[in-house]
Amino acid sequence: MSQTVLAEAPVEPAQPAPSLRRPRLPRWAPLGLAALAAALGTGVGLLAGLESRLQWGLMAALLYVVLTVTVAGAVEGARQARDRLATSVIWVCFLVAVVPLASLLWETVARGVQVLDGYFLTHSMNGVITMEPGGGIYHALIGTLEQVGLATLIAAPIGLLTAVYLVEYGTGRLAKAVTFFVDVMTGVPSIVAGLFVLSFWIIILDFGYSGFAGAMALAILMMPIVVRSTEEMLRLVPNELREASLALGVPKWKTILKVVLPTAVGGITTGVMLAVARVAGESAPVLLLVFGSAQINANPFEGAQSSLPYYIYEQWANGNAPSYDRAWAAALVLIAFVMILNLVARGIARWKAPKH
Amino acid sequence: MATDTPPAPATPEQGSARGVTHRGDRMFRGLSRGSGIALLVLMAAIAVFLSWRAALAIGADEANFLTSFEWDANADPPRFGIAVLAFGTVVSSLIAMVLAVPVAVGIALFISHYAPRRLATPLGYVIDLLAAVPSIVYGLWGALFLVPHLTGLYTWLDEYLGWTGLFAYDGGPARSLFTAAVLLAIMILPIVTNVSREVFRQSPKMQEEAALALGATRWEVIRMSVLPFGRSGVISASMLGLGRALGETMAVATVLSPSFLIKASLLNPGGGTFAQNIAAGFKEAGSTGRDALIASGLVLFVITLLVNGAARLIIARRKEYSGANA
Repeated sequence: MSQTVLAEAPVEPAQPAPSLRRPRLPRWAPLGLAALAAALGTGVGLLAGLESRLQWGLMAALLYVVLTVTVAGAVEGARQARDRLATSVIWVCFLVAVVPLASLLWETVARGVQVLDGYFLTHSMNGVITMEPGGGIYHALIGTLEQVGLATLIAAPIGLLTAVYLVEYGTGRLAKAVTFFVDVMTGVPSIVAGLFVLSFWIIILDFGYSGFAGAMALAILMMPIVVRSTEEMLRLVPNELREASLALGVPKWKTILKVVLPTAVGGITTGVMLAVARVAGESAPVLLLVFGSAQINANPFEGAQSSLPYYIYEQWANGNAPSYDRAWAAALVLIAFVMILNLVARGIARWKAPKH
Repeated sequence: MATDTPPAPATPEQGSARGVTHRGDRMFRGLSRGSGIALLVLMAAIAVFLSWRAALAIGADEANFLTSFEWDANADPPRFGIAVLAFGTVVSSLIAMVLAVPVAVGIALFISHYAPRRLATPLGYVIDLLAAVPSIVYGLWGALFLVPHLTGLYTWLDEYLGWTGLFAYDGGPARSLFTAAVLLAIMILPIVTNVSREVFRQSPKMQEEAALALGATRWEVIRMSVLPFGRSGVISASMLGLGRALGETMAVATVLSPSFLIKASLLNPGGGTFAQNIAAGFKEAGSTGRDALIASGLVLFVITLLVNGAARLIIARRKEYSGANA
């Protein structure tokens, strides 16, 4: 593209500075091109009578990329054109990804609020005909809270102590093996955890379906998350604190309990809460182990229960409009629950973060 | 537990500081060690129990477990095989990866290098939150929103690419393996983005600035210093995403109408995945049926272990030369 430079140089001999630079597109060029592409995409879509708005959008995106590259290539040269291509592709990537994710949230909120009210939160599905509106998620809420609570009671102490072992005591083969298998455990699919509890608790030990069985599977899914996050937090505790405490003659276990853990408590809480948020949305183990029920069963150790994710699945499987409405409303409650846990967890992490 | 046997009175503090003599120390050490061991035992138990039930089921199986195309585990001579499930699981997860990883890398780069700083931080948060959306919600959205919206695209694909056979589409609800793959791609997008973004953020600033100072364009900086640095991170991120996609149950169960056939077309309904088949077949399964499902779960377990193991290996290799930590 050096011809452009040569061609322009003699026009303005008084200003030597611009001749050293390639001409650049003005700052508003990307925006302008985007508007042009959007207009063209819409026009073509209308003319060709394409129904799906997605196709309009994709066409506009493609046009934008092509336009940018040709214009930039003509004005700015090949290297800049490649840079513009990358920039526009990355913007398009971002927009393409935003569409489904935003639609997911929008649909859930828009359809969820239609049935969501106090009645929905405080009544079960007992005696409700699924073809008709009515009923609620009270039994599922109880189930979720109890199952997740029990899972936390099992997983949090084991996970915490394992992390303490890895950071404070662990050396040698055992620690290496534990680290490795914690990694392995992170990858266990939830349905496999469910199958394991099924094979050992329900098939072999012959206990019935219960909330507790589901809680055990959830605990298996929680443990590696708790270990990982706690381990990370404990490693952040400065060694000087440990040394100071030990130098004062405090035994190691007291040092850990009174100095190390309190220092890291914010991060540990965050990790546990994130793990809770993760397993609260698991439906596969509940399907296998808790079995689902339309009635309120407050006893997690006996009899089938329900849970929010399972409730959504069940209502979807009913396959009629009132059930779909209930499913969306339950999904909204579940998302809100998970998001609030996440936000509070992050809030704690920020509030308790070690200040430098 | 011999607390008072050491006779040397001169070194009690030293002893306690090492954490060997104190009773509390021993108990605490034993407790934390014990829970570490409990984790190992748990993993072993998972493998042992699943294998045991799976062995029972495979012993009773009248068909070939690996290559048979049928699933009649509740029939009197039970006949079942995992060929269709293995095919469906691998194909849907791989397509999901192919769709999600480039986009995820794009978003990660967008957040780490392109977006205005004001936008980048909240975007990171939003992606974090989206990674926490439960899979059943994706499933519900997929079944009630995505499926009806994909028919247009599928008809279009059929029109222009139908001759390949791969994209043939006979109409009807778009409840196919490809739909499952699209939904899985959307689901793993936030996770893959998150991990990649973390890696890109750690790429050496000095190198980037040096490249910029030499007159490189932004894309050249990314190609020369960010992508090579982040490559193994991106690979391991996509493996983690793949692991998620392989084991995903509900999102697939809600959008797929299963059948025990391997079809050439990805857009026509049919096929199945391990997790989906377990969720769909569990309630009707008798005792052999349940064991058969456990056997298929064991295969899924082994596959995810291999994928995750590979991801860990790549991460471990990267640690050696990165040193950079936030």
